[in-house]
Formats: sequence, structure tokens, C-alpha cells
Amino acid sequence: MKLVVLAGTPGSGKTSVLLHTIKALIRNGKNPAVVKVDCLWTDDDQRFKKLEIPVHVGLAKDMCPDHFTIYNTEEMLSWADKEGSDVLLNETAGLCLRCAPYPDECLAVCVIDVTTGPNTPLKVGPLLTTADIVVMTKGDLVSQAEREVFRERVLEVNPGCNIVEANGLTGKGAFELAELIGCGPDAGSNMLLRYNPPLAICSLCTGENRVARKHHMGVLRNLDGFMEYKGE
Amino acid sequence: MSEIISLTILGGVDKDGTEEAIRSVDISRGEIVGIVGPTGSGKSTLIDDIEQLAQGDTPTGRTILVNGERPDANIRVDPRRKLVAQLSQKMHFLADMTVEEFLQMHARSRGKDAGLVTRVIELANTLTGEPIAPHHHLTALSGGQSRSLMTADIAVISDSPVVLIDEVENAGIKKQEALQLLAGEGKIVVVVTHDPVLALMSSRRIVIRNGGMIDIITTSSQEQDVCCRISEVDNWLMSLRETIRRGDIVEVIV
Repeated sequence: MKLVVLAGTPGSGKTSVLLHTIKALIRNGKNPAVVKVDCLWTDDDQRFKKLEIPVHVGLAKDMCPDHFTIYNTEEMLSWADKEGSDVLLNETAGLCLRCAPYPDECLAVCVIDVTTGPNTPLKVGPLLTTADIVVMTKGDLVSQAEREVFRERVLEVNPGCNIVEANGLTGKGAFELAELIGCGPDAGSNMLLRYNPPLAICSLCTGENRVARKHHMGVLRNLDGFMEYKGE
Repeated sequence: MSEIISLTILGGVDKDGTEEAIRSVDISRGEIVGIVGPTGSGKSTLIDDIEQLAQGDTPTGRTILVNGERPDANIRVDPRRKLVAQLSQKMHFLADMTVEEFLQMHARSRGKDAGLVTRVIELANTLTGEPIAPHHHLTALSGGQSRSLMTADIAVISDSPVVLIDEVENAGIKKQEALQLLAGEGKIVVVVTHDPVLALMSSRRIVIRNGGMIDIITTSSQEQDVCCRISEVDNWLMSLRETIRRGDIVEVIV
């Protein structure tokens, strides 16, 4: 079973790119299945179902969606296996950019929107820097020069990645991405994350909702960058 | 790849999935080819196919050959080896950078010397009314300034053997000068246009309808004569526009 973890900022076009890529995968003789993870609500499963492939939705609700994705990966893989699939496409919710939910034995794909400007690759962090493939979307809305500058910035932070320029509306790039997925690794049984999740736990993680600093314990970082541990 | 002598467009399908009437177009060095057709007919899509050197992997199913062969995959994506420079209709900058920072970074992405930046700005200022300065923010440039800057960028930094131009006439810049600047010597130029002067300046024009290439028209000597005459009218209009912009009075023409 090949595992593809697709992450990216909200609205970057993950679902649209994936829809076109699924069609290309099917043409290549693959049997893809999709798990769409979101936070509170999604109707993307309806869009995937139109392609007549197995679709599963996972809602993280009050859990961090990336953490939810990570510890449910095994369950997703066994579900896809039962569905008779050979490629599991896991589309994450991807919100805070601090977690990179990529295991080592997967094809890690980061979708990023060119119209957010060439400083964005510097802000995205491990989600982008540890990806195998970076998909640049909405390039049709900017000039060729701006696309090339954006690309240069992506390569600055992730020199080894493959860059695919895609368009969620026309399907540009889907063929290339499907080819790369076809060459991707099989999921292992002892997978490790490529990047450590954020330092936790502070009292907010356990349900504290008062704002004042005196109520907060655990590992805390001050505005000046200094970190402290407060507790027993 | 050492030298680009020709590009070949192999036909794919139109918007209904029907085979295009034109199955193959060869374009040689030094030639200017126009693309004409109603808005929304798929002219820009053809330009995009050429820009990404489509290999049957775009929605049109077209294939682009370089010197009669399928190009190497790296040439398609690596800006340092890219064969194609494109001046698109999309000229609104989204990058929050100064003109100088942006051009320096673009020069780097193309593997060129950052010293070219001054030359780009100088050249851009010959095409536009309001001068551009290196410290200006890209996002604050006018439409004409942006277009001039991109035209100069293509001539100097992107300096590629194939140049694609999408509706340069809508930009409020000196279009014939821009075309001459971009065309340079021995380049392959493909220009999407609704403008009769630009369309007739090309040696041939591909006609697009419903997403497909339906015809290729070679510019006749009669059309070339027409082109000369409308160029005069066009230049006259241009000079009137400049007169009015300067705040001068238009004098009666005898």
C-alpha cells in the first residue's frame, strides 16, 4: 500500500488538485482511496465520491487535526486495504503549519498557493521543508517571473524537493503528480515522523480557558522567546 | 539543448473532445506567429501548452516538440534551462517586495547576474510614461508600469529562445516597440492578439475556435500592405494620445 500525505494551507487547492490527480491515477491503473481529515465540517467527501472511489472522512473536532491524522494513520491504512485499494491518499486539514504530519515512509506532498506571495515559503515551516513534492497552485493568476521567484523561494527552504506547478481548475500538473505518486514508497509498519510535533503540554491543552498568565502551567514561551517550565 | 531551431505543435482535442482540424504546426527561428480567435476560445490555453511544453498531459492533449523531438523533462521545469519566456495577461503583482529585490531574485532563479537589474529598469522606462524606480513597491505599480517591467524583464533576464506574448495591446504601453524588443533576433515569437497591426505583423496566424486550432492563415502581401497603412493610423492615434496626456492642445491635421 502506497501512502500519500497531502498537506497545505487552507484554500490552497488541495482537494481540487487531488480530484484531478485521482482521475490520472485511475487512468494509470491504480485503485486510490481517500481519507479526508478536517476539523469541524467538510463536504469534500461528496466531491470525491463522484469519482466512484472509497472515501472516508475523519473529523478531528476538539483534537488537533494533525495529531489526529498521525495516530489514526494505521487505521486509515487498514481501511484502505479492506477497500481493495493500493494507494491511500490522506488529505490533512493542515492549519497551524507547525506540525508536519508526514511519516518517513510516505510520499509527502505540500500544496502551496502562489498568490500568497514569495515570502510565504519562508513562513510555512516543516510542512514545506520536509515535503518530497511541493505543488504550486494558482500560478495562472501571476506572471511567469513571479512564479519563478516563488519557485526559487521554495527551493531555498527545501532544496531537494520536486516542484509541480498545478492548476486545480484545468487539471494542469495532475498527470505529473500521478506519475510521482506511482513511484512513491510503500507504507511501513514502524513509521516515524519526519519532524517532531510542538512541545506540549501546557494547561491550554488540558482545557484551561482563562487568559491570565497565572493560570497557565507546563512548558510556556514568553513573548521575548524565553521558555520556561512552570509546575511541579 | 544547444540551439532551438523549431517548435512543433501537435494537435490534440477541442473543448468537446473532438480532434482539432490542424494536426501539426511547425514554427521556425525568427518567425512571429499570431494566435487569433474570439475571447474565451482557448488562445491563452494554447500559449500555456507551449509554455509548459505539453506532452499530451494537459487538458487539450497537445504535444510540443523542440527541434522535432520530445524535450527533456528538466527543460520543462527548471527556470535556469527554460526555453520559454512568457508575457501573460496577468500583471498584478502579489509579491510584497521592491522592484529591485524582485528582479534580483528573478535573475537568481534564472541563473543570471544580478547586475542586469539596472538594465531591466532602464529598458522598462523607455516603454512607460511614469518612470519606475528600484525602490518602488511592486504592488504599487500601475498596469502600464507592470507590463513595461515584465516586458523588459523578458528581454533581459528571461532572454529565452521562445517568447510567448498574450495580448500586449491592452497594457497601455508602446506595443510595436515592445514586440520588437521581445522578438529580438532569431527568436520564435508567438503572440495572442485581437489587434490588427500585431496580427498582420506576424507571418502566419493560427485561428482558434471552441478550444481547437481550426485554421492557419499565411499573411498575404495584400494584408502586409494593409498592415503598413493601419500602422500609420495607429502611430497617429498613439501620438494624439501622448499629446493629450502631456496636457497639450491637439492641432488640426490638414
